[in-house]
Amino acid sequence: MSKEMCFEGVLQAKLWYAQRISAMILGICVSIHLAIIFYAIRGGLTAQEILGRTQGNLLFALFYEIFVLACFVHAPIGMANILQETFPKLSFAKPISWVLALLILLLGSSAVIGIYSGGIL
Amino acid sequence: MSKVDLKVKVWRGAQEGEFIEYLVPRNPHQTVLDVVTYIQRKLDPTLSYRFACRVGMCGSCAMTVNGVARWTCRTHVSKIVKGDSLEIAPLNNLPVIKDLATDMREFFNKWKGAVGFFKGSQTRHEDFAKIEPSSKERQLANAGIECIGCGVCYASCEVVESRPNYLGPAALNRAWTLSNDVRDIQQLERQRAIAGDAGCHACHTQGSCTERCPKGIEPTASIAGLKKLVARSAVRGAKWGKL
Repeated sequence: MSKEMCFEGVLQAKLWYAQRISAMILGICVSIHLAIIFYAIRGGLTAQEILGRTQGNLLFALFYEIFVLACFVHAPIGMANILQETFPKLSFAKPISWVLALLILLLGSSAVIGIYSGGIL
Repeated sequence: MSKVDLKVKVWRGAQEGEFIEYLVPRNPHQTVLDVVTYIQRKLDPTLSYRFACRVGMCGSCAMTVNGVARWTCRTHVSKIVKGDSLEIAPLNNLPVIKDLATDMREFFNKWKGAVGFFKGSQTRHEDFAKIEPSSKERQLANAGIECIGCGVCYASCEVVESRPNYLGPAALNRAWTLSNDVRDIQQLERQRAIAGDAGCHACHTQGSCTERCPKGIEPTASIAGLKKLVARSAVRGAKWGKL
């Protein structure tokens, strides 16, 4: 077996592991997120109400940043696998997945900063 | 049991070919292999197919019967017949040599590719290795050890169909039983061979192999075991070292 193939295999194994761990974190995060949604929408939903809960609340910011980081790891690995399998002859799976990863990280983190700072930053 | 003859459509040709219909008398407890043998002996001696033991041990006689891969020697016609029709074709995902006989070289080469063979450190002059039958490793190996190499799982796997370099459920199941053989000394070499997109990580866990395995083996579970084992070796290092 060539060295590249072997390296690729070990990399796949590591990515699989990263995806499993991030899936576990996502499972917890999604459950908490849903519970908060069910709690929050009682009696309507307003931006003030949301910001009233999240603004300046470090715990909320930390929780959602962990959520974003878990998505940042989890989704691009899955996307790369799907692209690789659907278009085996093309080699754009990795670049597209990196773009997706960076988008999730940047947009997600800016949203977290937004709800923490209340849009001041 | 119906007195009407079975209408049996059989694949004739190689990769290109057609189904030809034969009328075969029905018998009680008739197997699909009996039907194929009847056609070859009484109706058309040019029909090619493969069988050996007739009792579900050798893994030679697997074919696609009414769209599903099965071991034909242990498949009763009465259990799977649709009305009075049968359609018998060669196994999927393997090149057809002629009629119902497929070329299984690639299937078995992939076992080799998965380091699906034993290599120990002792010679015949040493005493037998003593393996506790109730040990965890031995139990895990036992769960997958009865594979007869019939190719039913390989023919049923949609990942093999879409990704021809995928090692497939049988080879990976063998790799898993050997990974649990404490006497084997090729553990890291095997894990390198089966890691990645052509190996265990390509499995979609659809479970067709497990559903169809005539021996009741669960290659899906074996592959899941390999994924965990290889990930552990790659990230933290297992008892044989780090990948």
